[in-house]
Amino acid sequence: MSDVLLELNDLHVTFSTRRGLVEAVCGVTLSLDKGETLGLVGESGSGKSVTGFAITGLLDAAGQITAGNIRFRGQDITRVSSADLRNLHGAAMAMIFQNPRAALNPIRAVGEQIADAILAHKRMSRVEARAKALGLLRAVQIREPEKRMAAYPHELSGGMCQRVMIAMAISCDPALLIADEPTTGLDVTTQKIVMDLLAGIAAERGMATILITHDLGLAARYCRRIVVMERGRLVEEAEPKTLFQAPRHPYTKRLVAASPTASSGIADLVTEEERGRCVPIKVAPRPMPPPGTPPLLEVQKLAKRFDQGGAAVADFSMMIRAGESVGLVGESGSGKSTTSRMICRLIDPSEGEISFEGQSIGHILARDFHRSPFRKDIQIVFQDPNDSLNPRFTAFDCIAHPLLRLGGLRAGDALRKRVEECAERVGLAVELLTRFPHQLSGGQKARVGIARAIACQPRLLVLDEPTAALDVSVQAVVLQLLDRLRRENDLAFLFVSHDLNVVRMMCDRTIVLRNGRIVEQGESRALFDNPQTAYTRELVEAVPHIEAGLALIRRSQG
Amino acid sequence: MTSATLRHAGWILRGNPLTGVAAAGVFLLTFIAIFGPWIVPYDPIVSNVSQALLAPSAAHIAGTDQLGRDVFSRLIVAARLDLAIAVSAVGISFAVGAVIGAICGYAGGRLDRGVGRFVDVLMAFPLFVLAMAMVAALGNRVENIVIATAIINLPFYIRFARAEVNIRRNLGWVEAARACGDSHISVVLRFLLPNVLPAMAVQMSLNLGWAILNAAGLSFIGLGVKPPTPEWGIMVAEGARFISTGKWWLIAFPGLALMLAVLFFNLLGDGVRDILDPRMRT
Repeated sequence: MSDVLLELNDLHVTFSTRRGLVEAVCGVTLSLDKGETLGLVGESGSGKSVTGFAITGLLDAAGQITAGNIRFRGQDITRVSSADLRNLHGAAMAMIFQNPRAALNPIRAVGEQIADAILAHKRMSRVEARAKALGLLRAVQIREPEKRMAAYPHELSGGMCQRVMIAMAISCDPALLIADEPTTGLDVTTQKIVMDLLAGIAAERGMATILITHDLGLAARYCRRIVVMERGRLVEEAEPKTLFQAPRHPYTKRLVAASPTASSGIADLVTEEERGRCVPIKVAPRPMPPPGTPPLLEVQKLAKRFDQGGAAVADFSMMIRAGESVGLVGESGSGKSTTSRMICRLIDPSEGEISFEGQSIGHILARDFHRSPFRKDIQIVFQDPNDSLNPRFTAFDCIAHPLLRLGGLRAGDALRKRVEECAERVGLAVELLTRFPHQLSGGQKARVGIARAIACQPRLLVLDEPTAALDVSVQAVVLQLLDRLRRENDLAFLFVSHDLNVVRMMCDRTIVLRNGRIVEQGESRALFDNPQTAYTRELVEAVPHIEAGLALIRRSQG
Repeated sequence: MTSATLRHAGWILRGNPLTGVAAAGVFLLTFIAIFGPWIVPYDPIVSNVSQALLAPSAAHIAGTDQLGRDVFSRLIVAARLDLAIAVSAVGISFAVGAVIGAICGYAGGRLDRGVGRFVDVLMAFPLFVLAMAMVAALGNRVENIVIATAIINLPFYIRFARAEVNIRRNLGWVEAARACGDSHISVVLRFLLPNVLPAMAVQMSLNLGWAILNAAGLSFIGLGVKPPTPEWGIMVAEGARFISTGKWWLIAFPGLALMLAVLFFNLLGDGVRDILDPRMRT
């Protein structure tokens, strides 16, 4: 008896869209042994999720398997009856999704939902199913499982919800588990806990796992074998170590280079050939400001309390000198977004003082700040490029907007020239300016957002997770762009992020925030290499970068 | 209208031909409303008792009424009044409701709760009865039908605009607009309102049909438009007296006109949304 559990042979999946047929997966061949863990890595649009959906039979109506086959335990599951398929899916193979909260039914207690999943495939009484559900909650290490049985999804954290999803997925002891970006959107520390749990359960029960992810570091840490997909094709298949140390395919090379590691700098993010194309910029070192110059931004004892609940931010003090880049790091709910918005003067602090170039701006109400002369000096780049552009504005309108409002320009040739100049500076082709946001790619939208923020030549740019929604290769380019802009224009950055590798590269100093309070701050490199507090250490250790993955493998082999 | 917009509209119409039928119907109604008085074969007001209550024939394709007036001519001329009442009523409730709703949805807090409760109170009344009461109190005039219809439609627009703005108020581009130097009120009027228009256009289209019915209903019970002015509701009311004697054309044709007008506006609704939503374009 062979050990092969799943085999894809020359799989083609085609979607019928308004622009005709689009082939999302074109000829993927791979096999998976029993109990093996396979990483399926690629960027958005690479067809990795579609491959997962095709295996579990969850393709939506527009998608069709047009050629090739999928063999599960030797049986071609693209040609079996739908009744057989239903038994297969859920029982023999299960899937967990990216957004666990959206995948759970919000009006049913989680215990009942797990019991439902069991009853859909097994004959037993509801009482037995509930007992089994309780056992599963215990298996996914949820504390006080008896109490959590009756909890609704909104009462649980994201990590908890993902554990419930895992409990549901393993409820019928599947032979294959497909995890589609299981930890995207979770904090690094939660990500580590959930992934460790998933790996432990898979090993314990002999389940084969396909981990679909965009994060090479994550795949390296948890998978024995990685396949890389690009535009519907499999470009490379290797063990993590080989893949990272000697990538063969140019796409893999680019991807490996673009994934930030603990030691990489901004310049390392693109491959040698690409670097050749950019002209290196020479910037004269900044002259020391005359003594007595006030710092660009000074924040003292800033606090924000919301009507309901406690303080979101408390006792937050910091300062940024002109041209300096400061990172603000923390998990979701740590108050980093609230802080950045107070500094941007989009919301009012409850107490504390903010001064910009020695002048107090904290007392100006956020609703009047648009009239302040400092409005154009403090600009912000938002997290998700998809929702940071007005859907009814073209790229041109988006960039022109601050120029009209704050730059004192009128519609006309001067405005057109200035907008085109901004577009050029962020590397956005001028012919794209007439497009609407939905006609632009994620990277292009990010560029429009950055062009808009720098249009009025601000002194301080607040970057709120500017690359969190972007693919790694796009992130690499955007980070380089930001770094260049900073040095060219003597811009100061407040870089808000949960990605420690990115912050380490981008920022001179870093502030670690937890529950609205500063835990630790200092020079970035020193802070990350030698964290002083337990919390920072925990954060640093949870980051799945490639070396850590390799170290793990070495440890398990040695 | 750029050629891209037209191409997009063409694509939507191919996918949903009913939208085309509805658009043609609404276009026809508008044409009749504008040019009606010049294209009718007979005078809609002057009575001619010798020709009273004639069944449909080649000379009078929809028959004549109890005063010998041509029903077809009256139907055509009535379109202007009915459409005018519906369009201005819906226009007023849209303009007022969208602004109030958008401000509430954006500001939240006490203002939002206050307006919300007021809307609840308004909606707790049977709306048609409320309209009757208003017309009765304000006086039996066409303007008052418009005002009454506008007021009873207002809650829907307020709620709709409020909900649509509320889900967008925390999006990045709203904050970005403020960082670019827009005041709160400018964000609401220049950023949020244009973005909720497509959804509201659907509501307006559906509402127009309903407003026509409402105006006709008020006239039917003797409020608002007075005879001998041609109006579909009055025509049905007057024709109802003769239904027992088999003079079916007196109410069948105005009823049909009402039904078709409402149907066309409702069918148009979905098509309008698809055409106006920039995200549907590629």
